[in-house]
Amino acid sequence: MSADDVTKGVACTLKPPVFLHFGGGDSKTQGCCSGVCVIDVALPPGKTTITFKNFYTALVSVRLQRRSPGQEGAAAKWCTALRDRPLMTNPHTEAGAQDYYSIDRKQMQVEPDGVSSIRLILKQPSSAWLTFSVQDVRIFPRMQPVRKELVFPPQDPLDVASVSCRLQQMWALSQVMQSSQSHAASVGRFDVRTTHARTSKYIFHLLTSP
Amino acid sequence: MNEDAELSQTIAQLVRRLKGTHLHAQMEREARECLHQPEIQLDSLKDDVRSFLRTSGWERKLQNAVHRELHVGRLAPSLPAVPAEHLKEPLAYMRKAQASWERRIVKSLNSMSTELGVPLARMRPATEQQELSNKWNEMGTDEPDLSRFRPVYAPKDFLEVVVALRSPNLNSGEDAGARSHWGLVQVPLGVKDIAQLRETYAELSLATGQLGIDDNAHIHPDVFENNYIDIGKKVLAKQDSAAAQQYSRRGCPTGLRADLWALILNSVNQPQDVLHFEQLKAGVLQHDLLVDNLIYKDVKLTASNDDYYFVFEDFLYQVLLCFSRDAAVLEHFKYNSATPPKSYIQGKEGDDDYAVFYPPNGVIPFHGFSMYVAPLCLLYNEPSKLYSVFREMYTRYFFRLHSVSSACSGIVSLCLLFERLLQTHLPQLFYHLRQIGAQPLRIAFKWLVRAFSGYLCTDQLLFLWDRILGYDSLEPVAVLAAAIFAFRADNLMEVTSLASAEAVLADLSTLKVMPLIQIFLFAV
Repeated sequence: MSADDVTKGVACTLKPPVFLHFGGGDSKTQGCCSGVCVIDVALPPGKTTITFKNFYTALVSVRLQRRSPGQEGAAAKWCTALRDRPLMTNPHTEAGAQDYYSIDRKQMQVEPDGVSSIRLILKQPSSAWLTFSVQDVRIFPRMQPVRKELVFPPQDPLDVASVSCRLQQMWALSQVMQSSQSHAASVGRFDVRTTHARTSKYIFHLLTSP
Repeated sequence: MNEDAELSQTIAQLVRRLKGTHLHAQMEREARECLHQPEIQLDSLKDDVRSFLRTSGWERKLQNAVHRELHVGRLAPSLPAVPAEHLKEPLAYMRKAQASWERRIVKSLNSMSTELGVPLARMRPATEQQELSNKWNEMGTDEPDLSRFRPVYAPKDFLEVVVALRSPNLNSGEDAGARSHWGLVQVPLGVKDIAQLRETYAELSLATGQLGIDDNAHIHPDVFENNYIDIGKKVLAKQDSAAAQQYSRRGCPTGLRADLWALILNSVNQPQDVLHFEQLKAGVLQHDLLVDNLIYKDVKLTASNDDYYFVFEDFLYQVLLCFSRDAAVLEHFKYNSATPPKSYIQGKEGDDDYAVFYPPNGVIPFHGFSMYVAPLCLLYNEPSKLYSVFREMYTRYFFRLHSVSSACSGIVSLCLLFERLLQTHLPQLFYHLRQIGAQPLRIAFKWLVRAFSGYLCTDQLLFLWDRILGYDSLEPVAVLAAAIFAFRADNLMEVTSLASAEAVLADLSTLKVMPLIQIFLFAV
């Protein structure tokens, strides 16, 4: 599983969609379209989030063929992971018709582990459209934190109040130093503030070093 | 679970957007300066600074900025695979139609430039710059020879593009049946019906007091108006954008409207906005664009001939010339289905390193464009304030009226909403008009594209625009168009040609907008 798999997902091989027709017992008459289409997805192991681009599908159901973890020897069984998730708010209108969607494991009714095959059942009850399908189906592996937050190893927690009190004293000291120094030669090109900052930085390091 | 992830993603995006803004810098400065105050304790630093920001009004300003970001355009989707063009417009065939329309406009502009021998942009010589600077406040007195220039396109050309839209996956082979649509727009976009409109625009119902209806001279002001104005003053004192938007749904009192609209749009006129306007003015003085001539021509043809707006001619020139040089407007193309045209330095065509957007703000004005600005001149007399309010209104609403998109406030959806309302509630009228060859959209389209600017009486127009701002949607424009047809239905049933239908609907200046909308939505 490469880094690319995590961010871009893996394009999986879709078997050709099977549109269900009813009527038309003999081969001559074509049955009428029932508005249901089934797509089988050959699934590489270990993947759990599916993203796809819709193309005029109104509802999608996901069925998984999986082997339960306890029963290694038994045959894989089909179970429904997601039933009739709406993709288009109104099947007759264009809203959501070409949008991108994702289905992850939290939305599935069963745990998508040990899955050997996925079946997408697409439904489009409206007769307004010539065809419907989903495009660009990608499967993502189980989400792991890709970007680790930069966490510095916890050092001795600084007691803000006491440090600031000591800093207060140091500032007062440096003020006294500065007023006594002003009688002497001028500091030259250096900004007085930066010398203060440098002094206090050194003092801070002295205070916090173990 | 999923909602939490989406919420945190939205928050992350908003933070990213607000991070570079001036408000962020100001708040940091304020927070740093407040550390000098004695009530800020070190051990409760975070909470003390937060409560300081709350009491000094900075939290409110941040809330207003967040409110603006949520309402402007769409936030990027959560899925990484979604391309940027999908955010501009999800439907592929609409993107194609918009792209081919843009190619036509750019071709027309280029051919105008070649025919007339006027370059797209040229540097003004110093004497001309000085002359223009002297005349800046009275550019209306200038009478350049504009007879050779013609507008790049007019609303009726755009109507043909909208009418020609076809969804490639639409099954139009079937018999018309229950889905028959008599109108010109043939794309099946989702638009609201009357029941849904009643729910969305509940504040316009018969039982609720409104400005535009209950501030009539016959009604004693104590019944509604005085109380409503007091509430408006309180809303302004609070300086809360969301409250002002809710308030505006029932209309804005004339005296408070300018401030309320600026508050809703979060258009605070700070010194850097004035400076920005001055910079744009300097840009106008330095370079002369071909688009400037189109703007001059448009103002002379439309606003200068209008009884109400001719006095604002000079303001219109100032605002529109500066608008066409404002590169900040390019931001809105992220959620606009249009793409700004690119122009190449001579001799380097095709090389993207030498490409610039032309005009600098990416918007080519069409015939009637200046009417978007004209009503705002009634509210704001200071050019930089007028400019920033106009720019906000354009990048939130008006851009949708002249670009092809499937958004529910887009012109295509508005046309479809108008036709559906008319067909559902006035089928006899619609059928009659269709029979005589006067499709209602051909008459109403010019009203929709301009959001009725220049067609209604000014105070009525401002009532309509109050509702546009209050509901953050242009649907009231389509509802009003249908309501006007309903109002004049008796006359329209007797006409026998397109010309006479247009004559019946030519003069809308006596109409009262809010009663028409209210009756159409709630009393039909």
